[in-house]
Amino acid sequence: MNLIQEASLMAGKDLRIEARSRVTIRQIIPFGLITLVLFAFALDPDRGILARVAPGLFWITILLALLLAISRAYSIESANGASDALRLSGLDPSAIFLGKAAAIAVELALLEVVLTVGVIVLFNVSVASVGFLILAALVATIGLASIGTLYGVLASGLRVRETLVPVLLLPVAAPILLGATRAWEIGIDGSISDGWPWIGILFVSTLLFTAIGMLSFGSLLEES
Amino acid sequence: MILFKPAVRRALGWATIVALIALALFGLWGAPPDSIQGDAQRLMYLHVPTAWVAYLAFMVTAVASALWLWPRTRAMVWDRVAGASAEIGVLFTALTLILGSLWGRPVWGVWWAWDARLVTTAVLFFLYVGYLALRRVPAAPDARAKRSAIAALIAFADVPIVHFSVEWWRTLHQQASVFDPSLKANITGVMALTLWLGALAFTLLYVYLLDRRYRLAALEENMEEHELATAIAERQAGAGTPGPATMSRSINPELSQ
Repeated sequence: MNLIQEASLMAGKDLRIEARSRVTIRQIIPFGLITLVLFAFALDPDRGILARVAPGLFWITILLALLLAISRAYSIESANGASDALRLSGLDPSAIFLGKAAAIAVELALLEVVLTVGVIVLFNVSVASVGFLILAALVATIGLASIGTLYGVLASGLRVRETLVPVLLLPVAAPILLGATRAWEIGIDGSISDGWPWIGILFVSTLLFTAIGMLSFGSLLEES
Repeated sequence: MILFKPAVRRALGWATIVALIALALFGLWGAPPDSIQGDAQRLMYLHVPTAWVAYLAFMVTAVASALWLWPRTRAMVWDRVAGASAEIGVLFTALTLILGSLWGRPVWGVWWAWDARLVTTAVLFFLYVGYLALRRVPAAPDARAKRSAIAALIAFADVPIVHFSVEWWRTLHQQASVFDPSLKANITGVMALTLWLGALAFTLLYVYLLDRRYRLAALEENMEEHELATAIAERQAGAGTPGPATMSRSINPELSQ
């Protein structure tokens, strides 16, 4: 099996567990939607503030949901000695990393679709350039899933995992939040010629996090 | 177990004290007040050196972490240096932010501005606060060293990305005075001397603190090992005398069935 096949095997396993347990659909998506509603409570919905800050609120919500997704992705490995089975499986650690990241990316993408509809309907946003929005979201999502998977394995096996991951992840993910938010503002406006530096930032961070993840996942998995 | 011989360390300590006193004298009286900012500008002699030490410390953490990860140079000394340096780095980043805030209030009229360099420094602070939190999680020394080294390198690799993204986002900060190539050091004379003296004094302080923190980390590890050895020895000594369970079994064999 080559890297891609092994990675899709891994992603398939995680997504199959997800399809049967439905944690994303029953817990993470409702969490995202209620967060959008809470933003409307916190910021006055009558003054057009929500529409202006919608990209930021959207990506903050995604970032928070990512924390839940990471926690979920590693709690399925901690039960029944699954992490030992993973180490013994003989799969390339880089492939395990890519597979887990891909599964998280798919879950996040699903959430993003629902939340985009939510933002358009609830916050009264009209999008000028849908393609640009999708491009930015795609790169940002892969980057977030990569760095999330990396910190997930770094903290897995530690008793303080759930509190440690946010404090490690959020500062590192700050450029992605910044890039994705600015790119979405530009995509909603429609003046996409200004948006390419942000796509560049997203692309470079995604590349960097994926490369570090593929290189270091094996030795981190040994310790988890 | 130690970075420097005691004689070197003492000399370093005295040199640090002398340099800091000289900096205080030059900074408060020797250097003239700034023509526009007045005495508030004197904060520069602390603000810039603390920022320099913070960057230096994080650089050392990254290099030491890389040396730990590289199999041929792997040694606990690098793990301890990385941890000690990151702690000093976080302390000096916090000092940089606080001093900058105190300076910003009279000059800019605000405690905080969402300027690129400020935001980058704040993110830097949080990046390494996370790293220190990870280091504090109890674990086997080798596992902790590996995790910490990888986390340090991720944080370090993230710094340029944070810098550029924030730079594009906004820029308002005054230009750097000494290192800006286009201005060619527009700060001269006693003021420049004082600034360099500040950099020297704080670098000496950094090296001294690094040595002390390193020594402390080594002692802590020793103590943990010692406590573990004592506990094992006690357990082994206790196993020699029969406990209540074995005694009852030997007196009444039916009980064990």
